[in-house]
Amino acid sequence: MEGLTLSDAEQKYYSDLFSYCDIESTKKVASNGRVVELFRAAQLPNEVVLQIMELCGATRLGYFGRSQFYIALKLVAVAQSGLPLRVESINTVKDLPLPRFGASKNEQESRHTTSYSSDTENQGSYSGVIPPPPGRVQVKKGSVSHDAVQPRTSTDQQESTSPVVSPQQSPPTSPHTWRKHNRHPSGGNNERSLAGPGPFWSPFSEAQTGSSAGDAVWSGHSPPPPQENWVSFADTPPTSTLLAMHPASVQDQTTVRTVASATTANEIRRQSSSYDDPWKITDEQRQYYVNQFKTIQPDLNGFIPGSAAKEFFTKSKLPILELSHIWELSDFDKDGALTLDEFCAAFHLVVARKNGYDLPEKLPESLMPKLIDLEDSADVGDQSGEVGYSGSPAEAPPSKSPSMPSLNQTWPELNQSSEQWETFSERSSSSQTLTQFDSNIAPADPDTAIVHPVPIRMTPSKIHMQEMELKRTGSDHTNPTSPLLVKPSDLSEENKINSSVKFVSGNTVADGYSSSDSFTSDPEQIGNAVTRQRSHSGTSPDNTAPPPPPPRPHPSHSRSSSLDMNRTFPVTTGQQQAGVVAHPPAVPPRPQPSQVPGPHVHRPVDAEGLITHTSTSPQQIPEQPNFADFSQFEVFAASNVNEEPDDEAEKHPEVLQVEKSSDPSGSLRVAKTDGRIEEKTAASAPANVGKSTTPLAPPPKPIRRRLKSEDELRPEVDEHSQKTGVLAAVLSSQPSIPRSVGKDKKAIQASIRRNKETNTVLARLNSELQQQLKDVLEERISLEVQLEQLRPFSHL
Amino acid sequence: MRKKNKNKNNKNLNASWLKPYSLLQNYPLYIRSIPAEQELKFHYTVHTSLDVVDEKVSAMGKALVDQRELYLGLLYPTEDYKVYGYVTNSKVKFVMVVDSSNTALRDNEIRSMFRKLHNSYTDVMCNPFYNPGDRIHSRAFDNMVTSMMVQVC
Repeated sequence: MEGLTLSDAEQKYYSDLFSYCDIESTKKVASNGRVVELFRAAQLPNEVVLQIMELCGATRLGYFGRSQFYIALKLVAVAQSGLPLRVESINTVKDLPLPRFGASKNEQESRHTTSYSSDTENQGSYSGVIPPPPGRVQVKKGSVSHDAVQPRTSTDQQESTSPVVSPQQSPPTSPHTWRKHNRHPSGGNNERSLAGPGPFWSPFSEAQTGSSAGDAVWSGHSPPPPQENWVSFADTPPTSTLLAMHPASVQDQTTVRTVASATTANEIRRQSSSYDDPWKITDEQRQYYVNQFKTIQPDLNGFIPGSAAKEFFTKSKLPILELSHIWELSDFDKDGALTLDEFCAAFHLVVARKNGYDLPEKLPESLMPKLIDLEDSADVGDQSGEVGYSGSPAEAPPSKSPSMPSLNQTWPELNQSSEQWETFSERSSSSQTLTQFDSNIAPADPDTAIVHPVPIRMTPSKIHMQEMELKRTGSDHTNPTSPLLVKPSDLSEENKINSSVKFVSGNTVADGYSSSDSFTSDPEQIGNAVTRQRSHSGTSPDNTAPPPPPPRPHPSHSRSSSLDMNRTFPVTTGQQQAGVVAHPPAVPPRPQPSQVPGPHVHRPVDAEGLITHTSTSPQQIPEQPNFADFSQFEVFAASNVNEEPDDEAEKHPEVLQVEKSSDPSGSLRVAKTDGRIEEKTAASAPANVGKSTTPLAPPPKPIRRRLKSEDELRPEVDEHSQKTGVLAAVLSSQPSIPRSVGKDKKAIQASIRRNKETNTVLARLNSELQQQLKDVLEERISLEVQLEQLRPFSHL
Repeated sequence: MRKKNKNKNNKNLNASWLKPYSLLQNYPLYIRSIPAEQELKFHYTVHTSLDVVDEKVSAMGKALVDQRELYLGLLYPTEDYKVYGYVTNSKVKFVMVVDSSNTALRDNEIRSMFRKLHNSYTDVMCNPFYNPGDRIHSRAFDNMVTSMMVQVC
């Protein structure tokens, strides 16, 4: 026998045990029976016990002398620590915990029993936190563990009273279960399992000792052993042949370390930690989980398919129902596959379940997979693992725990946010539709807006601007008419006047649109204002500048510019008008034609009104309800008309021309705006009183005005005709003036503008029609439903 | 609560592969009703409604089977409740019986409820431990159904 050096604690302990075994009080030989019992209580595999006995020489000697006994005890400690049994280890292993023996032996020293009892009490105190009372844990273990392990585990439970308590704090049982689970895949590393709990328990037992009454032996030894364990483990892992043990040992080390470090507060901490989060995964555990993950999926960033996970977890012999629930909890993204995080969570839940913990209804925060895959790093047990999961059970590095909780907190938030995100996507799509819808409308407005500015610019004269303003201010809603009215007057003066008229018409048109479309009204008005401003600004062709409402601005920009062009060169109205008129034709035929003549009649009264009408008519096209604006336009037209007799005079001819040319265009326009145009024309007619000439034009004008107010009004009556007869009339009237100037360039530009206006009008029309289509479809659906309701019995 | 045996979220999930057989292979995978009583009656109602569902499914043909599946019928004058149906692509049928007195329930709400049911069902299917055709014991599923029924109640 090599010399055996024992620490004082060990010496004392061993002597106690020897005396215990020395039933015959020989002081020399320990009863084989007792020794065997003792060793069995150590919960070591039989082969280990045999090996120990052989090593200590008892086999050779045939009896357990004191030295042999001591050596055997030391070897038991070694074995329980998970270290390979070697003769040299007796002395080489410095810090070895005391060998543990199951509490099943009441013949154990009273100390043990007392300690056990105390531990049990302690356990009871923690029972609130940890569901399975020690006994249960033991039972569970017994049931799960293999034969060899069963007694051991039970004894482990018993002997490690404190260990039993420790589970409560943190997943102490998890090591057990974990080990057991390991056994499944790895065929059962009993030693490992024992070694795990052994050292694991020691720290706890040590902490427990504080509370336990008579755990003198333990208390005395516990502080050192944990540290020793830790130290020893540090040495052993590399040497240990049991790979599985490493995680356990590491875990134990951590646990031990942590416990040792917080001896005083251990209990409290344990309690607190256990209460805080019994689901925390220790580093060792995590390392183990990661290793297991690797066996299934070498890529840590990869997924474990559901089938493979199913097989793996089925090995744990948990009922399918529970496994199903565990899966539900752990598969966070519900993709049917397990990421490393999810796998660790699932594994942890399995371990906990095996230990007797009830499965939570909701995934504990500590188990929630982080949104950010921190554990991608292979070296899990470290920071990453900490981040993802709480650190060591009790005292996991405080820094880590906070981070983990924060992550866990963020995860549910993120999860929720993900859900919200999903819903948001739905919403966004709907919003997109809305925006699209709006955009459809927008162009309409911009057209008018664009139109507005053009005329204004065309008519730098303040008169126009004033008129515009007046008209604008007068009645935004009635802008269609007012602007037209104003513009016509302006146009009468010069090209600018024409432009202004157009502008007015455009405005009115815009307003008409607005009236028709609630949303457009504002933009139109704004556009009107903008145009007005532009008129003020005059020169700058970029009517776009002012466009107040977003939808408007863009189109208005273009239009305004085009309008400016029109204005710049004296609206070669004639040609343009014709062109304008030509454009409108695209507008779907509306009952306008019949009405056109009507407006025409009225037109003479109010050229402005016509203009306004035309401008509004296009607006009306998209939306008939807005037709009401005409009345306003009329008022304006009337007012405006009065203001500018000159313009009126000019307008008259223009209107007349417009009328003529607008007749066809008016019809077109009318078609566009249906009744609205007509009304508008009628309204504009009176409004155009001052302007005369264009009374008939008004109806189409308003609409057209909106679209191309200025352009159409002036340069191209044709355009007017397209949108609104009024517009056409106005345009015709207007162009007459610019035509006088005779600028082809302007004419071209005006035509361009008109085309754009037409496009806008058509777009609006399209949107309106689509809307109507939707309505009709809905009605159809409702009718169908009703029908089904009425004949349900046919199915019966 | 007033007799809202309303949400009888009675899901008759039909295993599609059993279709070939003429005899009804439809068997419920999950049944839940708010007032626990009368469940048998609902069970019967749902079973009979399966015929209508099948008829609709066959009638719809290529039409979208999901979402649009709104079955409003079986308005017994006595019992006065409505039965809604929903069929997934895998021929799993969801049948919901609601009290007609609960007029607050609109079509959109019914659809959203079916959508949620469908989502929860897919989650259940994702569970490798769930064998298609088994009765659904998923707690998450139960919770979702409960919340839905409570919300409607």
